[in-house]
Amino acid sequence: MLDLTQQILELVRLTSTDLPPDVEKALHQALDHEQPGSAARGALETIIKNVELSRANSTPICQDTGTPIFYVYYPAGWSTRQLRSQIEAAVVEATKKSYLRPNSVDSLTGKNSGNNLGGSYFPTVHFEEVDGNTLTIELMLKGGGCENVGIQYSLPNSQLGAGRDLAGVRKVVLDAVHKAQGQGCAPGILGVAIGGDRGSSYYASKEALFRKMDEPNSNPELGALETRLTEEANQLGIGPMGFGGETTVMGTRITALNRLPASFFVTISYMCWAYRRRKMTVFRDGTVKYE
Amino acid sequence: MHELTTPISDETIRSLHVGEPVAITGVMLTGRDAAHKWMIDTFIKKNRQPEGDDLEAYEAIKPLLNGGLIYHCGPVVAGLDTKEYRFVAAGPTTSIREEPYQGDVMRHFHVKGVIGKGGMGTKTLQACQEAPGFYLHAIGGAASLIAQTVVKVLGVYKLEFGVPEAMWVIQVKDFPAVVTMDSHGQSQHAVVEEKSKKVLEALLAKH
Repeated sequence: MLDLTQQILELVRLTSTDLPPDVEKALHQALDHEQPGSAARGALETIIKNVELSRANSTPICQDTGTPIFYVYYPAGWSTRQLRSQIEAAVVEATKKSYLRPNSVDSLTGKNSGNNLGGSYFPTVHFEEVDGNTLTIELMLKGGGCENVGIQYSLPNSQLGAGRDLAGVRKVVLDAVHKAQGQGCAPGILGVAIGGDRGSSYYASKEALFRKMDEPNSNPELGALETRLTEEANQLGIGPMGFGGETTVMGTRITALNRLPASFFVTISYMCWAYRRRKMTVFRDGTVKYE
Repeated sequence: MHELTTPISDETIRSLHVGEPVAITGVMLTGRDAAHKWMIDTFIKKNRQPEGDDLEAYEAIKPLLNGGLIYHCGPVVAGLDTKEYRFVAAGPTTSIREEPYQGDVMRHFHVKGVIGKGGMGTKTLQACQEAPGFYLHAIGGAASLIAQTVVKVLGVYKLEFGVPEAMWVIQVKDFPAVVTMDSHGQSQHAVVEEKSKKVLEALLAKH
């Protein structure tokens, strides 16, 4: 089996320091909508300058490099145990090189492990066997500020008048955006999962965030709701950093899971503007492509 | 743009209002969740006894905070092996988590300014009116850019809290921020919250 530690280290560096082009484009579009001289426009100008500087200097876009969340899609024959240990080695090295902040804290003692390792959930690695010969690793770095404003609703919700249908989903998502205000580093991107159990719903809400900004939802009904939610969230006027302004949300991603008859969860994972997600593909001959 | 140099006078603080951008030059101390809890538990509410180097750290931060600035930040720091520390990434963290502590910390240490992101609540706003003090909003996530304004790391206290949670003494030049809570009782965050709530109510009434 190939040792991919150095290639995974490059994936971590790229993810932490170089914002994906589709996200950077969305930030520029947001900038165009803000009033000249406004605090909102100033915030976006600073954000874009920071994105460019981080890329040029290979330094983290945001100091909160979050929980490293890996999704590994491997062809038959790869050892997931070896892949996990290579991912861990890459994460330790990335921490030494200041691409990642030491972020793994023992919840009981408060001690920071110093190297971003800690138990089987830190870093988080999901494995899935796939057909074919190529191995793909996706990485998302999601900081704590936006993670803290993530929320799960159980429908019906009488306070919001939200029933067990897409109209109800719309209401709770708007409520979540209002509750978040600027705390999640607006302008954000919403990952929404409808259904599932409490755990799977949270996972799926994050998985939805791997879809690119310009990639439409395969379900047209959900696609229409995504467009509407982004527009209505922006009517709230919370704006970049919560300063007030035109762009509160740059996009919405919705996915639906089967649920139990008794349960109807809607889970919202709020992603900050520093929407760090990258992908590496390892071909059969060992060559690696990053995107 | 208002250029501020530490220590910042009461007169300057009173002259600033929400929405005004500032550039700070001087010295500030980082402090976030663990630091605020430690200050409150050990020295303000005194429900835990000082241990280890607690008292030494307390004496050292007192003059830094007196009339000074506290920055809610958990930086990425290079040079940990050699202790030649350098800030690599240093944007603000979410401030609202310190809301239960901040007002009391401001009063106890005579802190004049709090820097962070996302804004704070009524207790901190009250303390800003008394001090007089203000809340400065840095741009969340602008970590590389802000790190470049940190010209020197002067020292660190309570490093056992971990790199993000330690209290770093930093010298900054033209550190960018916006006043979002002022000494006159105004909060941009309260205004945006209120306005957006009205819009939300109208949207919830629609199908």
